Amino acid sequence: MRRLEPAAVLGVMSRDVTIFRKFWKATTFSSVVEPTIYLIAFGFGFGALVTEVGGVDYIEYVGTGIVASAALFASVFAGMFNTFVRREFQRTYDAILAAPVNTEELVTAEILWIACRAGVYCMAPLLVATLFGLTPEWTTIFVPFVGFLTGFGFASFGVLISALAKSIDNFNYVTSAVVTPLFLISGTFFPISGLPDGIQVIAQINPLYHCVQLVRALVLGGLELADAWHVVALLIFAVGMWLLAIWRQRIRLID
Amino acid sequence: MTAEPAISLHGVVKRFGPLTAVDHLDLEVPAGVCFGLLGPNGAGKSTTMRLLTAQALADEGHIRVLGHDVPYDSKAARLRMGVCPQQDNLDVEMSVRQTLAVFSRLYRVPRHERSAAIDRALQIARLTDRADAKVTELSGGMRRRLLIGRALVHTPDLVLLDEPTVGLDPQVRQELWSLIDGLRAEGVTVLMSTHYIEEAERLADVVGVMAAGQIVALGTPDDLVLEHAGREVIEVYGPPARLAEVDADATARGWQTRRSGPAVAILRAETLDGDAPDGERRAATLEDAFVMLTGAEVD
Ligand SMILES: Nc1ncnc2c1ncn2[C@@H]1O[C@H](COP(=O)(O)OP(=O)(O)OP(=O)(O)O)[C@@H](O)[C@H]1O
Ligand SMILES: [Mg+2]
Repeated sequence: MRRLEPAAVLGVMSRDVTIFRKFWKATTFSSVVEPTIYLIAFGFGFGALVTEVGGVDYIEYVGTGIVASAALFASVFAGMFNTFVRREFQRTYDAILAAPVNTEELVTAEILWIACRAGVYCMAPLLVATLFGLTPEWTTIFVPFVGFLTGFGFASFGVLISALAKSIDNFNYVTSAVVTPLFLISGTFFPISGLPDGIQVIAQINPLYHCVQLVRALVLGGLELADAWHVVALLIFAVGMWLLAIWRQRIRLID
Repeated sequence: MTAEPAISLHGVVKRFGPLTAVDHLDLEVPAGVCFGLLGPNGAGKSTTMRLLTAQALADEGHIRVLGHDVPYDSKAARLRMGVCPQQDNLDVEMSVRQTLAVFSRLYRVPRHERSAAIDRALQIARLTDRADAKVTELSGGMRRRLLIGRALVHTPDLVLLDEPTVGLDPQVRQELWSLIDGLRAEGVTVLMSTHYIEEAERLADVVGVMAAGQIVALGTPDDLVLEHAGREVIEVYGPPARLAEVDADATARGWQTRRSGPAVAILRAETLDGDAPDGERRAATLEDAFVMLTGAEVD
């Protein structure tokens, strides 16, 4: 395994930062507005029917749940689309790989940057939920790390998909068949305990479910040692996807 | 003591499925030399360049660049190498200055030298007054110049220029030529592919003619011309029927000919004495040698 040199990784990230200076307003806008809409729609819509889930106020239940969705959406689409466009259409990666940067450094830098954004933007739903009456526990300060880890995994997943995709339209399959089900079967809007057994198993291997569980424990209190399992699950997902993403992107980038 | 060549390839093979793009290529480029790679479309010039940056991996053979084994130690080689690709891959999401800033980091220019390096590259690209323009706002020629400035931002020891003057107006092309001359004067090794024979003639110390993945001739432009086209050429003009007749006649006598536009050119005219048909005599050029070697017309 070749070494990951910080100078190379940071160099590639400096490009992301440069470009982000132009986009941050739009990104920030959508990452605040989206959870607000979910909170209003589900919080008030469902909240009229259900006031409590598992001993938690429904607004608090959804407000903590969509932290995971925010991390998911901030990472998986960036991983798929940005890397595909930069590789196939803009050929940016070709230019970068002619400089002293290896595929693993390039891929790692792109994923790291997306994960950092996910770590920050996953806090937006909590801010909004606070306005609707959520009072977070002090352990909430660890939520960005959970968002980062989740974002790292899903960004890697997106980068992997972009390496496997023949054309950009292929992403539609992944969005419908993978991203949407993961999003819905994660315990964000309703507990998975009500689902049929088979689907519950899917939920158990859904990284987003582990993210949701961790965030709820951190924000609403009641963190236990058993929750370490969720961290381990997210770590396995992140590292596994990262290695696969590097492997497949190298095949696409190097002739 | 003989210094190690800046680039050496031995027995290098690169296949794309059934197609062999580079076919047992042996090539050495001594340090400080401007090496011109000439060859028809699909000869394998760009593939060879990508092998040197480890963006393509050879199926067979050994490659060394600036004293480093490639691909094993390619990153160390790329640190001292600048690359201007055939296909424009400028970052359309950034401005001119941002492009150079990012690449000065990628090429590890020390922090305190970066702004001077960027200014210098802007000057090389003659884009100082367009520094804050977006890449998408540049003209084709300006983009090409930025591509070259980007390749030189870290004052490399070796530059790979893959058809650097395509799409440039004659004046800018001249400027680029003097730039390349300047690089050579500073001891920078240049490997340049080109379709413009005149460019190779003007700039290259050594020309390698590539065809079907191999170097088929190697030497100074003068030597190549002498060896493969002789000193003089007679060009016979006329209607197609007359040209075919001249061609057949010349071939029958064992003379070498080539079609050049509306004329038949008979090579090595100086050896023909009185036998030669009437036509315009001119000095043989690298283009004549190129066509004889590759069978291809230049575009
Ligand atoms: N990624 C690739 N996949 C498949 N075939 C390739 C690939 N890259 C190059 N080739 C093939 O390899 C051969 C050599 O291509 P290369 O680009 O090296 O030629 P070239 O000498 O640079 O030509 P040109 O003067 O047109 O730029 C061509 O037949 C080309 O189709
Ligand atoms: Mg080429």
